[in-house]
Amino acid sequence: MDSIGVIIGFYALAGLTVGAALLVFLVRNLLHAVLALVLAFLGMSGLFITLSADFIAMAQILIYAGAIPVLLVFAVMLTPHASRDNANSLFAPGGLLIGLGFAALFVFVAMATVWPVLDVETLHVQSFAGTVRTIGAALLGDYLLAFELASVLLLAAFVGAVALVREDEA
Amino acid sequence: MPSSAQDLALTLPHYLVVSGMIFGIGIAVALSKRNAIAVLMGIELMLNAVNLAFLAFSRFGSSFGIASEGNPAAPLAGHVFVVFILTVAAAEAAVALAMAVLVYRRRETVDLDRINLMRW
Repeated sequence: MDSIGVIIGFYALAGLTVGAALLVFLVRNLLHAVLALVLAFLGMSGLFITLSADFIAMAQILIYAGAIPVLLVFAVMLTPHASRDNANSLFAPGGLLIGLGFAALFVFVAMATVWPVLDVETLHVQSFAGTVRTIGAALLGDYLLAFELASVLLLAAFVGAVALVREDEA
Repeated sequence: MPSSAQDLALTLPHYLVVSGMIFGIGIAVALSKRNAIAVLMGIELMLNAVNLAFLAFSRFGSSFGIASEGNPAAPLAGHVFVVFILTVAAAEAAVALAMAVLVYRRRETVDLDRINLMRW
């Protein structure tokens, strides 16, 4: 059985994450939206920890709460004359409606479906040994081809990004 | 084991509801923001919601995550998928932000309502 601390932690982190994500939509300043986004990602990594995903939680903090906001802030700063507000476009009512519709649909499906989950006994009998070793073995075993392709993709993307924004000397 | 404690336990739907709500917010942000960089933030939120769903399935699902007799699923397959999503998200963010900077250099704006060169 989950201890009461984990349950309280889940609800607190879920509220933090959803609230911060809502702030991304609501705040009027683009940089404040980036900060709210960081908060949402940190809350999400807390949720990952409640799911016993230690490695992914740390990777989430490094990449989503660290690297991507830096890129976002760089992009905001490199566009100095663009508007800094987080204004909605002409499509805002439709977009909001579609977002609400998707959220309602997913929540309904999550509640209504009978998921093929492990029974509670099995779930809590497993001892937790950390996930890093298993993930590493899987990445260099069953998923080796995808792993290598992902590294090529990353290299191509970053070289491409540098090549795109390079100022031409000529 | 008292049944009241069992009702309180965290289950798969708890996490899927959070994931669905964040995905919906991400769609709303991506579709309704005027600044291209804000649209990217919405896309990142959506990717993150998917990661949460993957990890929840990996934790609770009977056919994911735990290899056993009659279940050849690789252990922690959901975690491996999340690693790949993180990779692709980083690549996508780098290229998309480079494109935003490039568009800004040409047009002095990243306002999606005003990038309408190809509008009929």
